[in-house]
Amino acid sequence: MRRPLVVPMRTTIFPAKFDQLEAIRKFAGQAARDMGMDDSDIYTVELAVDEACTNIIEHAYRGIKGGDIECTCDAQAESLTIILRDHGKPFNPSSVPYPNLDAELKDRKVGGLGVYIIRKLMDEVHFEPLGESGNVLTLIKRWSRQ
Amino acid sequence: MEITTQRFKHCDLVSVKGKVDSYTAPDLIKAFTVINNEGRFKIVLDLGKLEYMSSAGFRALLVGQRTCKRYNRGEVVLASVPKKILEAFELTGFTPLFKFYNDVTSAVGNI
Repeated sequence: MRRPLVVPMRTTIFPAKFDQLEAIRKFAGQAARDMGMDDSDIYTVELAVDEACTNIIEHAYRGIKGGDIECTCDAQAESLTIILRDHGKPFNPSSVPYPNLDAELKDRKVGGLGVYIIRKLMDEVHFEPLGESGNVLTLIKRWSRQ
Repeated sequence: MEITTQRFKHCDLVSVKGKVDSYTAPDLIKAFTVINNEGRFKIVLDLGKLEYMSSAGFRALLVGQRTCKRYNRGEVVLASVPKKILEAFELTGFTPLFKFYNDVTSAVGNI
């Protein structure tokens, strides 16, 4: 597949609300599409960004109204980097325990699945707490097909 | 997301169209709860027109399956699950928790 020569870096700020998830997915998915990723990788990017933003809304902005999420998509030659910035409380995805995927129905935990999905789908996940200023989460998806 | 429900004598069919995420998943849980509150615990979930599902949707399915299985022979079974959604089932380890059918007719016939 031919890749476009230049895909400009783009940033949009979204209100940190669940009803914005579709718009955030579309924004990140479009960046993946513009750099020529296939449908499967686009779905993967949308899912990882959705899970990350859901966690920001649920945890970083817990009890806080009016927060926002700044989403930057930067397409490089071999990968797509998505940077999510919030101004909420420190929330480190690495602090979320790994879910037991073999547990019986009655013992399955409903939490932790989002972080697990992000880690499985992305090639790199970096978290940077900025203290009072919030958090920066960086997701990197490499090309799986050329 | 759009949810339609249809009642059969021995089970309820819930069809989900569109996208299930943290915004829409509560409506799916509500659809299950309405059926359960009428004392009915056999549910066929038709995912043929499902385009997208995040972990919020998986949580809704988990809650629904747990409630239904608490009752004698109650169960949530899945029909017509699209390939990319099926991959997410595998990824999250949810495949062993549900019976999968290729189409609604066989799901309704076997539940």
